[in-house]
Amino acid sequence: MTEALRVSNLSKTFPRSRGLFARARPGVRALRPVSFAVETGETLGIVGESGCGKSTFARMLVGLLPASGGEIVIEGRRLDTADPARFGKMIQYVFQDPISSLNPRKTIRQIMEAPLRRLHGMGRAARAARIAEIFDSVHLRPDFLDRYPHEFSGGQAQRIGIARALAAAPRILVLDEPVSALDVSVQAQVLNLLARLKAEFGLTYLFISHDLAVIEAVSDRVLVLYFGAVVEIGRAESIFKHPRHPYTRLLADSAPVVGRPLRAPEQRGSELPDPLDPPPGCAFAGRCPRATDLCQTEEPPLRPMGEDQLAACHRPLED
Amino acid sequence: MSLFLRLLWRNRLASLGGGVITVIVLLALVTPLLPLQHPDVTDTAHRFLFPFSKGYLLGTDQLGRDLLSRLLWGTRLSLAVGVVAALAAGIVGSGVGMIAGYAGGRSDNVIMRAVDMLMAFPYVLLALAIVAALGPGLMNALIAVAAVNVPFFARNIRGITLGLAGREFVDAARLSGKGHIRIILTELLPNVLPVIVVAMSTTVGWMILETAGLSFLGLGAQPPQADLGGMLGQARSAMITSPHTSVVPGVMIFLIVMSVNLLGDGVRDALDPRLRSGALSRPRAATEVARRGPVPSPEMAPADALLAVQALEIQFHVGGRVYRAVNGVDLAVKPGECLGVIGESGSGKSVTALSIMGLVASPPGVITGGAVRYRGEDLIGAPYARLRDLRGESVAYIFQDPQATLHPLYRIGDQLAEAIRAHHPVSRAEARARAVQLLRDVRIPNPEGRVDDYPHEMSGGMRQRVGIAMALANDPDVIIADEPTTALDVTVQAQILSLLDDLRRDRGLAIVFITHDFGVVAQLCDRVAVMYAGQIVETGPTAEILATPAHPYTRRLIACVPELGGGRRELAAIPGLPPSVDALPEGCAFAARCDKAAPACREARIDMTGTGPRAVRCLYPEEAFA
Repeated sequence: MTEALRVSNLSKTFPRSRGLFARARPGVRALRPVSFAVETGETLGIVGESGCGKSTFARMLVGLLPASGGEIVIEGRRLDTADPARFGKMIQYVFQDPISSLNPRKTIRQIMEAPLRRLHGMGRAARAARIAEIFDSVHLRPDFLDRYPHEFSGGQAQRIGIARALAAAPRILVLDEPVSALDVSVQAQVLNLLARLKAEFGLTYLFISHDLAVIEAVSDRVLVLYFGAVVEIGRAESIFKHPRHPYTRLLADSAPVVGRPLRAPEQRGSELPDPLDPPPGCAFAGRCPRATDLCQTEEPPLRPMGEDQLAACHRPLED
Repeated sequence: MSLFLRLLWRNRLASLGGGVITVIVLLALVTPLLPLQHPDVTDTAHRFLFPFSKGYLLGTDQLGRDLLSRLLWGTRLSLAVGVVAALAAGIVGSGVGMIAGYAGGRSDNVIMRAVDMLMAFPYVLLALAIVAALGPGLMNALIAVAAVNVPFFARNIRGITLGLAGREFVDAARLSGKGHIRIILTELLPNVLPVIVVAMSTTVGWMILETAGLSFLGLGAQPPQADLGGMLGQARSAMITSPHTSVVPGVMIFLIVMSVNLLGDGVRDALDPRLRSGALSRPRAATEVARRGPVPSPEMAPADALLAVQALEIQFHVGGRVYRAVNGVDLAVKPGECLGVIGESGSGKSVTALSIMGLVASPPGVITGGAVRYRGEDLIGAPYARLRDLRGESVAYIFQDPQATLHPLYRIGDQLAEAIRAHHPVSRAEARARAVQLLRDVRIPNPEGRVDDYPHEMSGGMRQRVGIAMALANDPDVIIADEPTTALDVTVQAQILSLLDDLRRDRGLAIVFITHDFGVVAQLCDRVAVMYAGQIVETGPTAEILATPAHPYTRRLIACVPELGGGRRELAAIPGLPPSVDALPEGCAFAARCDKAAPACREARIDMTGTGPRAVRCLYPEEAFA
């Protein structure tokens, strides 16, 4: 196994606008330093709720947003400038909303040709052959090429989005909620297609979702984000069954499951801490039933707990 | 394109303007070919001849020049200047606006403040200053008029570009390796172009008017060159004695500007997608009703039903097409009961829900059949006053997006109080006290403090609680919840669901819960109705349907839902797509995707069959269904 992606201490702080005479204020920390590695052929699931920094993180990985610190290494090559054109050949992005990620005034052919021409400098004949090949592997009919995006259903448009990402021949795909805008019956079509493409092209996936069941079904390992920090990493088959971090457990308990009686897993306020005034200790302490004084004052580091599992918690859950 | 021309033609004023301007442009184009006198040849013996004089159809001016000839040549020049000025202003202004909008941040700020400075001067003064600096002349007048109009384009186009630049397709283009200039030219420009064209078509008239103004002041076209403003300026000294010398160019300016503006407005209305879709034609206060066939009798509904929907049919009439969104839906809820309506997008579940209180937008929605009975009273076709009494008071809605349902400029307490005072004559203080109590009922912490919050100060979950509080404001009997938790995080969703569950148990509320999520249905609903292509295909107690689905669609849809705890696996999918509701098949709508479909499935409409609480619309139900 080789390492496809290594991220070391990647962080993002958004500067706050300051008044004309005011002193510069500390910025908003959207992502605290994150480090992890993904092996070739692995699917790393990333879960978290809105505002946890998953989109910021994904956009930094593909170079759409410059990082404030840390580094990204893809297959041994360090990418430190936020230049999507350089990142594009290594890592590509599949967007959440398939329709809005396609320019409404361009034909599918024009959309598909852009990465081939700009990133790979292919000639006309080579482009046509490559597009035909990719369309075949994502099960799209060649006559779609001359149509416009609004003529497609969500599922078809998402397959076009995947085809566009594949056209750049990347090693890694960042899938940002690729099925959450789709109906359930179509969702599975796209997920199964993604699984097949991964095997066919030897891809590595970073799969971002808020749906724990989907994450569990597609991932090898799962990374849980809360308030811009990694709270737990572990193998997909065990992390939700035996969570160490109370937040992971809260997530697992909140997912609606057929046959489980309805109860609110927490009665306390579910508000996230204020990003402009982050708490000194663990960000989850305010919601955590196990929180102690230590949690309120000291930020817990991510440390190994059990095999293949890491959690950032002073008082981790036991089995 | 043909749609655009048809829409334009339907606008009578615009087509009138189009006709007039076409004639004028044609005349201007053929002017050099017409047997006219030279416009600059003077004939002082025949000064100030009146129209219809021999040899001078429109008479002559103060130097005895043929007015008709000068008018046509002048029109030609004025039109050309107007169009070129509009093009120049459009290109420069749009370019500036697109660069500012795409770059954003500091560059945007610097560019737009410069544009603001240009706008800070009254435009006539600015044009005069430019001409004064460059010297009089038609070319300089053109530059002045174009420069003065640059800010209009820049601001307009910048706003639109700003919205587009944040869209995902721009990110996608960057990931495809496109540079900034290429993105502006090939990704943004095609999307902005219609707006530029519309803005130009509405400003050409102004440009002509402004150039004429400068020429009138002697700063534009220089004698003996004829342009409309110049003609007017030279004729003004003889206004009393020979009014025709000023009326002739005046009428022409009027005709050009009026027709260009009428046409421009028509183009804008026909091109703007919001106007085209009829968004500006306000929907009626209640859905249009055109029931064909008999109204179902009240005896057909279950006796204990609080709210019953019977054989409801709703269509959308768009252009010549008929979309059959709902085709004979029957639903009923008892007090204290929660009915789940589950279906995929386009299955007609939301339209059914909205029609209960006549909230489907008309046009294009029409209720074409069936009845909605609240305590036995048919609400379809009920007078608007009656519907208004019931809306919120007896039947209340909770919508998917609380951000969109709450007014952003009013405090939530005021909005709650308004909902109460719409139905009950209580004092402001009392309404406010009840608003605080409602917030407490939906478990908002510190309700006294939050009652004065604006919606943007709350999180999504809190806003949805306010949405629920508003639905509860008048103690309704029935709550219709249309995907109330879809936009929320799972931890928040769990809280909202348990809140709804408690409320219905405590208050005996009947809830119609519309969703696409089986997990949610399983936890909250007593009974469930599964919709597909505008019909209910299966209904029954939730636990039974989940355990032994009878309709192949239900069975396969349940199989598609990934469940936590299942491990890494291949997920089941249903191949194909639901049928489009403007081309529904003859028999079962699911037949094309069903692995059990037989020829009989495609022949005729299939009725619901079943006993007791369970019923299914299938000729070959799953074996578990007895």
